[in-house]
Amino acid sequence: MPKTKYDVAIVGGGHNGLTTACYLAKAGLKVAVIERHSYVGGAAVSRELHPGWTYSNCSYVCSLLRPEIFRDLELSKYGLQIIPYEGSATMLDDGRFYAHYSDHDLNYRSIAQFSKKDAEAYERFGKDVMRQCKIIKPLLKMTPPDPTSFRPKDIMGLLEFAKYFAAKDELGGLGEKEIYDTIRFWTMSVRDYLEEYFESDIVKAHLAGSAIIGTALGPYSPGSAYVLLHHYMGEVDGTVGAWGYSRGGMGSITKAMAASLKANGGDIIAGSPVTKILIKNNRSHGVVLENGDEIFADKLVSNLDVKRTFLKVVEKKELPDDFYNAVKNFKIRGSSGKLNIALDDLPIWKSIPEGDPAGTGDLHITQSIEEMEGAYDDWKDGRWSQFPYVDMCIPSINDPTMAPQGKHYMSVFVQYVPYNLADGGWTEEKRLEFGKHVMGRIGSYSENFNDIIKHAEIRTPKELEKEVGLTEGNIFQGELTMDQLMFNRPIPGYAQYKTPIKNLYMCGSSTHPGGGVMGAPGANAAREILIDLKKQFNSHYI
Amino acid sequence: MGNSFSFTKPLLETPFHERTYEACYNNDWYRWAGYKIAREYSNTELEYTAMRNTAGVLDITPMHKYDIKGTDAIKFVDKLVTRNVTEINSGQVMYIIWCNEDGNVIDDGTVFCFNSNHLRIFCAERNLNWFSDTAIGFNVEVEDVSDTIAALAFQGPLTCKILNLLNVKDIENLKPFYFDKFDLNGCKVTISRTGFSGDLGYEIWCKNEDAINVWDSLFTFNRDYKVLPAGMNALEMVRVEAGFIQPNADFMSAEQALRPNRVRNPYELGMGWLVDLNKNYFTGKKNLVNLKKKTLTKKLVGLDIQGDKPAIGSVLYDKNKKEIGIVTAGMWSPSLKSNIAFGYVDKDHMKIGSKVFAEIYHPEELEYKKIWAECSVVKKQFFNPPRRHKVPAEI
Repeated sequence: MPKTKYDVAIVGGGHNGLTTACYLAKAGLKVAVIERHSYVGGAAVSRELHPGWTYSNCSYVCSLLRPEIFRDLELSKYGLQIIPYEGSATMLDDGRFYAHYSDHDLNYRSIAQFSKKDAEAYERFGKDVMRQCKIIKPLLKMTPPDPTSFRPKDIMGLLEFAKYFAAKDELGGLGEKEIYDTIRFWTMSVRDYLEEYFESDIVKAHLAGSAIIGTALGPYSPGSAYVLLHHYMGEVDGTVGAWGYSRGGMGSITKAMAASLKANGGDIIAGSPVTKILIKNNRSHGVVLENGDEIFADKLVSNLDVKRTFLKVVEKKELPDDFYNAVKNFKIRGSSGKLNIALDDLPIWKSIPEGDPAGTGDLHITQSIEEMEGAYDDWKDGRWSQFPYVDMCIPSINDPTMAPQGKHYMSVFVQYVPYNLADGGWTEEKRLEFGKHVMGRIGSYSENFNDIIKHAEIRTPKELEKEVGLTEGNIFQGELTMDQLMFNRPIPGYAQYKTPIKNLYMCGSSTHPGGGVMGAPGANAAREILIDLKKQFNSHYI
Repeated sequence: MGNSFSFTKPLLETPFHERTYEACYNNDWYRWAGYKIAREYSNTELEYTAMRNTAGVLDITPMHKYDIKGTDAIKFVDKLVTRNVTEINSGQVMYIIWCNEDGNVIDDGTVFCFNSNHLRIFCAERNLNWFSDTAIGFNVEVEDVSDTIAALAFQGPLTCKILNLLNVKDIENLKPFYFDKFDLNGCKVTISRTGFSGDLGYEIWCKNEDAINVWDSLFTFNRDYKVLPAGMNALEMVRVEAGFIQPNADFMSAEQALRPNRVRNPYELGMGWLVDLNKNYFTGKKNLVNLKKKTLTKKLVGLDIQGDKPAIGSVLYDKNKKEIGIVTAGMWSPSLKSNIAFGYVDKDHMKIGSKVFAEIYHPEELEYKKIWAECSVVKKQFFNPPRRHKVPAEI
């Protein structure tokens, strides 16, 4: 172990930790990322868990990764390629399916099969959501100004936002009406929101999926509409709301970041779990590893979620009680499961015909918003959903590197799965039973699915927590609800990537603007650190 | 129409497709409301000239068509649109616009009155939801009949003559903005003396199964009177000459604009004459009353531009080089031998005769020639020949 002292050490090598590290290294600082596993990536990883197959075994699609970060860190040079994909579909029990296409006219006709009015309403829905995306986009890059503070920086930040909101050219001069709309959108349930546009159950169910993925909210829960926006505000090459695959799996993103970091002189200290952040006189100055080694740095940045950081690696005695209590109360509830499946062949669907581009995108199983709410009720009762919302995709259709020729990899995201089961907690048998239940659901929509499964990795929130370190297995490092967003994320008064401990910062998805493989928390944290060091933050991101 | 849903066919084909496909030598298609419509059949200039010299045939089937049926049909349309339609007669057509509650224009179109219990609205954008919402409380049914009616625009100085030669009885006495049922080559059709060309012309509405017969009949006398199918490029030329504006080209439809300040009210579009503030309550009236009192800050005007280089997409300036607006449509007019355009100007340049300047970037063999062209503000209706209005029409 080299006894070097770093300018900055980042605890945790997820995509945000790596992003922060890259920006700091590019600014000329001596930087290290300390990672528990032998590989970096956090929840953006590609893992060969069955010989010949690559699994994006946590996050599985890419849209939110800010293009400015892609560009700043030269991720293309380090091998990253994002492949856009076409369409999505929702399969119904009665053999019908709703398909969504990127072709505007085809999409209109697809919806019109269920309702002409909905096909037309989709245009208005698309426009309204797009407007919300435009409103939120500059916020992603901002350190949230604290509305209770009178510091010039906060006042300037608020002014800047107000100015942007009213700007004639960017957003076209938003008025009262748009402010009303925005507040409603951020606080409504997705069910109520969609109800204002659509009449067809399947159209509503298809669109509502984005509002519950990863979230311990049901479609009837206030605040769920915002989660839909969170999934829509990404882009692939300027197409807002589009999703793509990262070639080689999601791990290609963090691999490229790691390569960019090394090229800028940064160190990655892998296989080194941090057990404690060293604090003296309310200042952090280093970390202790599991093997007892110590690494010292002027500044420390935690990529861990806020609970893991302050309940596990920072000692309670170092923290103000109110802060500690706020951390304890931070909502970070596990609600999702994941299956990664190696397939011998392509699944044949009972409803979606072969060759239909909608079948190459994300495929959902759900009947209605009511069924989704029922699935949420199961979660509240401490059991996995009997009729879960299933979001499947087969990246190997578009990405030739994921599976051997003629074979396929399927990622299956499952909503809802509780972190704690009511009937006595998770066991190995229950985990397998859960996997069987989900595969049974999928199998009932396919002619051949049950016969082509070669291997399946079954993950409950427990596995996600154990492997990636996300508390309770919450994929966003904390719920995306208004009480935990913007200047309240993660803790009111500590939304600017700083903590009560001097020289200790946060850069994970627990911070603004939240989860998803976006990189924005990491970049924002880097900017704050560089400002504190009176150094230039060079970026296309400003 | 053989148009059942298939992901391999994102675009629908109209009932005329068999013919338009044969005639479209360039295989150059335009998307119009999910249909495949020829952009250029073989030569835009000739297609344009046919509409100004003989006759041109345009497939306008993609036009949206909404049947309004019920005892409140007229009352409903009167609430929907800015114009007073209560006096509409059977067989009459009115040009209409409708606004949202803010008084910004959603779309324009025409309303046909079959009888007081049955009207039909034709328009460019989809309006089923807007109409259905407005219809609540009226004894009226709104039905989208777009796919059940095939339509051709037959435009040009010889159109009446040709219809007459086809034994369409008494067609010459059909007045502008009227329609009737006729027999055309054995098919029962509806013909209106309307169109987008600003010239003598008709629109022919028929059943899908009669479409090919109707199409063929219009070309019967081609040896003597050269009728050409005309594409969307040629249509764009005649509509600008005629001074007709289009949603999402010259203004953003109020229900579709992403940016709130991109919407326009009727006064800004020069459509104040279509707004009757003395009639009963209609959608947008309250705000239009206020807007009428305010000084306009921008207006869409006609521009007569120096030189011969079309000012497509040009920014407009005042004489001090201050930006005052933008050109929404521009072209060299073969009929007028003029460089014409529609553009937005600010409040100091709305009057006819005002001078503004267009910055035109004209591509010339990999270099742009930057032209600073003086423009006179003129009426948007550049072309309006007497034969357009004459009754009986010229045979």
